[in-house]
Amino acid sequence: MSARSFAYLATAAVLLALVALAFAVGRYPISLGELATVLASFVVDSPHDLAPNVETIVLQVRGPRVLAALLVGAALAGAGTAYQGMFRNPLVSPDILGVSTGAALGAVLAIFLSLGVLGIQLFAFAGGLAAVGMVYSVGSRLRGHDPLLALVLTGVVLGTLLGSAIALLKYLADPYNQLPAITFWLLGSLAAIAPGDLAIAAPFALAGLVPLLLLRWRMNLLALPDDEARALGVNTRRLRAIVVAAATLMTAAAVALSGIIGWVGLLVPHAARLLVGPDFGRLLPLAMLIGAAFLLAVDLLCRTLATIEIPPGVLTSLVGTPVFLWLFAVSRRTW
Amino acid sequence: MPLVRTAAGSVLALMLCATAQAQSDVVDGTGRTIRPPARVERVYAAGPPASLLVYAIAPDKLLGWTRALRPREAQFFDARAAALPELGRLTGRGNTANVEVVLGAKADLIVDVGFIAGTYTSLAERVQVQTGIPYALFDGRLEVTPATLRALGRLMGDRAAAEALAEWFESELAEIRRRVARVAPEERPAAYYGRGPAGLQTGGRGSINLEVLELLGAENVAAEARAGLVTVSPEQLLLWNPQVILTTDPNFWRRAWDDPLWKAVDAVAQRRLYLSPHLPFGWFDFPPGPNRLLGAWWAGRLLYPKAFGDVELAQKVIEFHRRIYHRAPSLAQLEALLGEPGVLGPR
Repeated sequence: MSARSFAYLATAAVLLALVALAFAVGRYPISLGELATVLASFVVDSPHDLAPNVETIVLQVRGPRVLAALLVGAALAGAGTAYQGMFRNPLVSPDILGVSTGAALGAVLAIFLSLGVLGIQLFAFAGGLAAVGMVYSVGSRLRGHDPLLALVLTGVVLGTLLGSAIALLKYLADPYNQLPAITFWLLGSLAAIAPGDLAIAAPFALAGLVPLLLLRWRMNLLALPDDEARALGVNTRRLRAIVVAAATLMTAAAVALSGIIGWVGLLVPHAARLLVGPDFGRLLPLAMLIGAAFLLAVDLLCRTLATIEIPPGVLTSLVGTPVFLWLFAVSRRTW
Repeated sequence: MPLVRTAAGSVLALMLCATAQAQSDVVDGTGRTIRPPARVERVYAAGPPASLLVYAIAPDKLLGWTRALRPREAQFFDARAAALPELGRLTGRGNTANVEVVLGAKADLIVDVGFIAGTYTSLAERVQVQTGIPYALFDGRLEVTPATLRALGRLMGDRAAAEALAEWFESELAEIRRRVARVAPEERPAAYYGRGPAGLQTGGRGSINLEVLELLGAENVAAEARAGLVTVSPEQLLLWNPQVILTTDPNFWRRAWDDPLWKAVDAVAQRRLYLSPHLPFGWFDFPPGPNRLLGAWWAGRLLYPKAFGDVELAQKVIEFHRRIYHRAPSLAQLEALLGEPGVLGPR
């Protein structure tokens, strides 16, 4: 067995073990027998005589949360991988084109307008899409520069503008009621995920994830200079637009679900690259698997370590900073 | 040693001087000694809790609100109060006031009521030095409100009005405590206060946000969580399984009835999920001012129907409005306050 397939198998095994663990562990004690009964009766739709709370926990609380962690982790890692390759830069994360900042502005605006959870999610999603739409349409009109550089710079500049708009709304928000809600949203959390949220967000996330997976072999060409790729008969402009659209769709859906969770999209692609090298065809699926496993593990700690929830962003950066430095120290691969 | 003697003499003279003027000095909530001007006619309140206390003592002396009253809030006040300008927050979370505006308003005194931790004390001191206007800062906890009222009365030169308010506030707190003392521990339901659009933010023992529950000696399921606001997981919530839930968020209140998670919680199943009134200022949690006295009566009735059953909530509202907002609510307003879905019953 090659080292690469071993990396795939090992990651998949870890992921499966984590999923099992995530279903079995939580603040509310549920025995493995009860868990099996609930899952079995869910699959074959048979009645059982367990306390109703057990079913509520497994199907309404823990189950959706596990799925959301997998989806958000995979989406952030996938988008990060795509962008790092496309921009040929190891420090790029999914929000390079402003998707997270745009989503944050949408969510903050919704909280400012006292909307409910669904409203906040929809505003966040729309905000993410609108921000990248704006960056892309402005950035791709800036002629006379390297198109990628123009995109990145537009993203940075417009991101700052959106950040100021967030700051203004925080400043104007009611300090006793809205400001804490805004702060909690910006910290990110998977605590409040309900099955309905997942049903809305998952199709959008998959609508970005699947095309990206299908195009992954072609994405290697994006790492080439534009003229070389064109010589190979690839319309880099169109391919880049598709990649940006797909990455944006899945990141916006992920952020709308979970709020801002940093580090996943920056760190995981490096870990995956260390295992299977820079070739996109092999890299992207592995990065998604690792991202899903990583966020699932982080969220597992967030919801079990203490009576109260720990913000996942705090844990990802605690893990992310040293691991990122270590990865950089050990990896000699160019890209 | 003539020099030493002279120095000692001047220290003595200074001390005598200080005692001579001490009568007008008032010690604020942080232990700082504030010397108010001879006549205080114009008071700048640095935040909503301070505005309400100043307005309660002497409505004509309040220079403006932190944020101008919206029509739905202004309907509970007279025309002058409703038209007071927006002056911004001075300290606390984010300064929205401009010190020049405060100076331009020609305030004789600046008052803030809220947290008195070092940061806020030093901010008060800085603004006082910068503007030359005495700046008094008081602890905003509900139970020290009578003492704060009395100190404010001395500072503002409205001792009688403040004393009357303080005595009334004290007797209200005492009556609440008396009633609570009659409730046996086993009659106190497990209670949860859910904030935020998903209802998953709450606070532990010592949180300013849950002071009403603490005054009521309620069994806060999240008591062990840290003071301040925290997020809790739905699983933990089902584990706690509160019998009564109070919230300040109308979106959460509407959503919880049909949410499978919340339906599994006893409080929702038994239809004991209540929404705090929020006009003209919130009753239960924010702003953290005297307005929460009404929240204590309201929550007391919901938590301990037996001990608080004979409390005429409408009468309490009328009296509170008359004393603090200087205007009794109309019958229609009273009905709107207490008849809002969720305030006293499910729908």
